[in-house]
Amino acid sequence: MASSDSSIDAAPQEPVPSGSALRVRAARQATGTLGAWRSDGAARWLFIWPAVLLILVLSIFPLVASVALSLSRLAFHQGGVDLKLIGFANYQQLLFGLERSHFLGVLRTPNLIGWAIVIATAALTAAAWIRSARSGRVRPMGLILRLIGGLLLLGSVWILVQALASDGGRPGALIVTLIFVFAGILFQYTLGLGLAMLLVQQIPWRRFFRIVFLVPLTITPVGVGYMFLMMTDTSKGPLEPIWVALGLRNFTWVTDPWLARLAVIIGDTWQWTPFVFIVLLAALESLDQEVREAALVDGAGRWQAFRHITLPAILPVTTTIVLIRLIEGFKIIDMPNILLGGGPGTATQSMTLQAYIDWNTLNLGRSAAIAYLLLILVSVVATVYVGFVRRRVTELA
Amino acid sequence: MVSRFRSIAAAIVPILVLTACSPTASPSASSPPASTGTASTPPSAPAASASQVAAASPGTKFKGVNVNILTFNGPQVAEPLQRRAPDWEQLTGGHVNVVAVGFQTIYDKALLDASTGTNSFDAYVFDPQWMGDFTGPGYLLDLTDRVKNDPQLDWNDISAFHRDFNATYNGKVYTIPLDGDFHMVYYRTDLLAKDGLKPPATWDDYLAIAQKYNGQDLNGDGQPDYGSCIAKKKGAQSYWWIISIAAGLLQAKGTNDGAFFDTSNMNPLFGPNEAMTKALETYAKTAEFGPPDELNQDVGGSRGLFTTGRCALTMDWGDIGTLAPGTFAQDKTGATITPGWKQVLDRATGKLVACDATTCPNAVDGVNYAPFASFGGWSGAINAKSPKANQDAAYDFLSYMSSPAISAVDVTLGRTGFNPYRTSQFTNKQPWLDAGLSQAATDNYLGAIKSTLENKNMVLDLRIPLTKRYEQDVLDTAVSQYLAKELDAAGTEQAIADGWNAITDEAGKDKQLAAYVASLGVQR
Repeated sequence: MASSDSSIDAAPQEPVPSGSALRVRAARQATGTLGAWRSDGAARWLFIWPAVLLILVLSIFPLVASVALSLSRLAFHQGGVDLKLIGFANYQQLLFGLERSHFLGVLRTPNLIGWAIVIATAALTAAAWIRSARSGRVRPMGLILRLIGGLLLLGSVWILVQALASDGGRPGALIVTLIFVFAGILFQYTLGLGLAMLLVQQIPWRRFFRIVFLVPLTITPVGVGYMFLMMTDTSKGPLEPIWVALGLRNFTWVTDPWLARLAVIIGDTWQWTPFVFIVLLAALESLDQEVREAALVDGAGRWQAFRHITLPAILPVTTTIVLIRLIEGFKIIDMPNILLGGGPGTATQSMTLQAYIDWNTLNLGRSAAIAYLLLILVSVVATVYVGFVRRRVTELA
Repeated sequence: MVSRFRSIAAAIVPILVLTACSPTASPSASSPPASTGTASTPPSAPAASASQVAAASPGTKFKGVNVNILTFNGPQVAEPLQRRAPDWEQLTGGHVNVVAVGFQTIYDKALLDASTGTNSFDAYVFDPQWMGDFTGPGYLLDLTDRVKNDPQLDWNDISAFHRDFNATYNGKVYTIPLDGDFHMVYYRTDLLAKDGLKPPATWDDYLAIAQKYNGQDLNGDGQPDYGSCIAKKKGAQSYWWIISIAAGLLQAKGTNDGAFFDTSNMNPLFGPNEAMTKALETYAKTAEFGPPDELNQDVGGSRGLFTTGRCALTMDWGDIGTLAPGTFAQDKTGATITPGWKQVLDRATGKLVACDATTCPNAVDGVNYAPFASFGGWSGAINAKSPKANQDAAYDFLSYMSSPAISAVDVTLGRTGFNPYRTSQFTNKQPWLDAGLSQAATDNYLGAIKSTLENKNMVLDLRIPLTKRYEQDVLDTAVSQYLAKELDAAGTEQAIADGWNAITDEAGKDKQLAAYVASLGVQR
């Protein structure tokens, strides 16, 4: 205490400022403080950290917690509940154990077509890798990554072929999800682009059609599911007279796995085509028509103008739309659940639906494991897609 | 401006039409045991209780107490609770809030609510098969003393079977029964009488009758109809029907014999054996005489088809009997005990053997009947962690719902989803006649239930820990895969056996075996 006092006493005495100097210092201090608040450091504390903390609490923490959940099993005890750690048993069950036939599917030796697909994929992958290696433009690490990517692609094709191009094979939730995603996007983009091309023309009632085409997007997915449930009901539904008139009284969507999947894809396409349509319409309307008209004057055909002018011009928008639908499409659950309950059998059971069913029986660990595998799948597919299209867009630019 | 308005107006109209039509016009995706019927509205409950209550001054016994009850969104099951709640509120001053969710959601919502200590529900009206998962960790209030000292409930009027199976676990009472459930086969009395046929005694008879009437016009609308309608949708009721069909092949020596597991070693009887193969083949065969989209129909669909006269046969809980009045099927609906088999499984060899006095001691005319007490019936339980005042109020409301005067009316109404479970409901037939059933239909309907209830070889539904996973996860998935031809019979049986064994190992084989054996020692 004494030393402290003495050190204060020993400090050099500053001259006492005059009144005007005090006012100037106070003004400088105020300006300095304001300047400090305006600095990057203050902005970091004020704006970035709260957002980071919010993300940590709302996103990262559940992500980490669900990893723990996927490695455990729920156990109820007197007055509470425990999570019993069981390692990778849930993942093992899905990929190699009892649930493999539901998750991956029934995998059998490929038939002739299957082998042809595998051999062709292997040959193309090997050729692409050798070409990269010989070009000398790819670094060693890049070659290793491409090799890993090629092997992953080959492995994926091998699984797909065993399930889809084999005698006795059957796709599981993972492959069914991929079918829904890629078939859905293909139909949605094709139809959406067609409708956008149509309505960008000066046709009668175009404003009316613009709004009508958007209607499916405004209906909740559950509502769409119920609507398609009624419409696909050939014996009692509102379209029954049409089915009967077409001689399809005993036709049903629900006994054949591929027809059932088609019904889901049609419902999903009906709902999401408007989204693709409206974005592409905006993109098409913002295009400079002079370039296209100049090409037509120069003798280019309509198809050539579309192929070489319109399509490249809307490619950045296309990339974004497909990415959004890709990520969204992997989460499909409403349509297969409401329309068919994942049936017939497990024919329309997507990964999200399988996770939901597990959740309902309080198999939370396996449900979380499926969710994580879905996250990995979406991340890989989205990353590969973005990498692929970025190169193409750059080349075109 | 005008054209823009027209465009917008033209777009809004279809939106409104679609929005109005889509969610309500079709049965629920997660259809529960008691689901939407298309029968016209049955007669209303007699207004006696309501008017009496309204005339009385408001009670104060539970004034200010708000009771939250979780149940099924049927609309059955929730309907009587919501309809009767104002009467009870008038009597006691309490308030009931019925939270209704899909059948598939009740279990996990209730269990997570109780286990995580959220305790947002004071009571659950749920499937008594799940009691094993709730009573072990102590989530349910022991009601043993309450029910035995409650004059309003009249505990001993509830049949001994329902007092035990629906309400009691390890010797303690945890629920108040509100419903009694058995599978039965329903047939068109007018058709069978016209052709001099008897109701099906065996499943072979069932298939023969279904084949005979399939493709004929059964309701006079000029359209071909169906021989059999049995709901087969995944995630709905399919797994219960296969149990009913297999039951007579798997259990012959009385209720304590068990139909799900071998009581000596917990080996699944639904695994690879000739009985299961026969049951699966029969189940698939019924689809050949049903509507083309039967694989995607739940009981809402099959009930609608039967009550509109489009099916000659169906299998269901007691609901068809009370849905029939006011529909095409009124006075044309007969109920009979679930058909049996003339063979039974030899558990040592996995082969089917002919029924005789040794193999089928309970057989009647050589037919081994094993009627299935499927599901048990909706029952109300109380959260052990709710505040005392809420527990008391919740108990009083459930007791009121189950009281003889109230339940006698509710079990006669198809819209409630409740079926008879009290002795007085079998002896006092006036409420049934008031509900629109004829004397003959009442006698036939109650007789079929009674013959099931009194059968010494009645099959009890599974009621051990993790029951929901055994039945609604593994069995339902495997059976639906079989119906969709994703699996053959052998593959289906193996999938069930592997799935059930995995659950048993996870829970502990000895513990599960003890629970299963204990569940078979039910009072009759």
